[in-house]
Amino acid sequence: MRHLIDIMDLSVEEIDELINIANDIISSPQKYREVCKYKKLATLFFEPSTRTRLSFEAAMLDLGGNVLGFADASSSSSKKGESVSDTIRVVSSYTDIIAMRHPKEGAPMIASMKSSVPIINAGDGGHNHPTQTLTDLMTIKREFGRLDNLTVGFCGDLKFGRTVHSLISAMSRYENITFVLISPEELKLPSYIKRDILMKNNIKYIQTTNLPEVMPDLDILYMTRVQKERFFNEDDYIRLKDSYILTEEKLANAKSTMRILHPLPRVNEISVEVDNDPRACYFEQVKNGKFIRMALIIKLLEVKI
Amino acid sequence: MNIDSIKNGIVIDHIIAGKSMELYNLLNLEALDCPIAIIKNVTSSKMGKKDIIKIDADIDIDLDVLGYIDPGATVNIIKDSKLVEKKHLALPERLTNVIFCKNPRCITSTEQEINNIFKLTDRENRIYRCVYCESKAKQS
Repeated sequence: MRHLIDIMDLSVEEIDELINIANDIISSPQKYREVCKYKKLATLFFEPSTRTRLSFEAAMLDLGGNVLGFADASSSSSKKGESVSDTIRVVSSYTDIIAMRHPKEGAPMIASMKSSVPIINAGDGGHNHPTQTLTDLMTIKREFGRLDNLTVGFCGDLKFGRTVHSLISAMSRYENITFVLISPEELKLPSYIKRDILMKNNIKYIQTTNLPEVMPDLDILYMTRVQKERFFNEDDYIRLKDSYILTEEKLANAKSTMRILHPLPRVNEISVEVDNDPRACYFEQVKNGKFIRMALIIKLLEVKI
Repeated sequence: MNIDSIKNGIVIDHIIAGKSMELYNLLNLEALDCPIAIIKNVTSSKMGKKDIIKIDADIDIDLDVLGYIDPGATVNIIKDSKLVEKKHLALPERLTNVIFCKNPRCITSTEQEINNIFKLTDRENRIYRCVYCESKAKQS
């Protein structure tokens, strides 16, 4: 039995396989319509996240399966003080697979140690969110036809942005990747990620506070939101939240082939006028998210197609 | 100063001067009722100064704790007043319930009765990370 707790649990080959299955689902959806018939997915969201939960639920429904679960901790037994371990022992006896989001870092790992069914980490605090990374990788692969030889810019909150950390880890395994890290001083990529991932693997990277200056070099611009829930101090959040706002004007000197990604939800870091730009890819990314989750469910349930 | 030699037991030697009390606490030696000698600031040709702990009982000690706190220490096993084994230590790959995660966002801060497990992620720089949240342990 496999779980997905961290994107690095998957090899490059397994990621390729998942993207291939997801692409096949897009081209032949009828083939997959009933492959999870009579299977149940539990979505245990101890922290609210409408889009991730709906994406998982839509994925399971499109595979012919059923879904059950809760959307926030207040409607779960954790409010009564039940441990994650006990909740998972109980829920895994009702279902075939569990997608779980929890505000505490490492909660899905505890769940995987106690569960009798596969656990998918649907986000654990500021730590990991592997299905978002799979979504990002699939989107890049579909847009560029490759995951190597790319210059990838990350802009915004690189300190607390778990999607950024996971995507950097995942992309570090591909050939000839250059990272351009664009953030205010206070929200720079943590030094341990630079040391343990970038330097250790001899990966080229540039750090800057100036987005327009590096814009022409980028193949991908991955925008992130400065998330209020990651700050202990509200003053810091207010001071930094509008650091980078992407507008059509700022995109003037970007490559015509560049792609803009964003894990969503956005607040104001991408101006709505950019939505109509052919380089904007974030709503496509959302669609891909459902298909890659379908592929993941198929793989973890070991469904034969 | 005279301290009797031990017949059957353990001598932890070459402890960094000043670390013996921390080891005493972490190894939970207080729970033993046999004679224990903590000798601090002994002159050492190799180390300048060192600490020694002598335990006059044949017990199992947690070598992971010892290796984590002071990988340079040596453990001498004494039987019938003779040295029968000398163990050299290394930084352990994993630590279970030796150190505790300080990250308030970590699941270990709320989940009851789970082991605090840290793994060695960088031997050269002695860096341990919590297996759950990957936060770095504070250097001992």
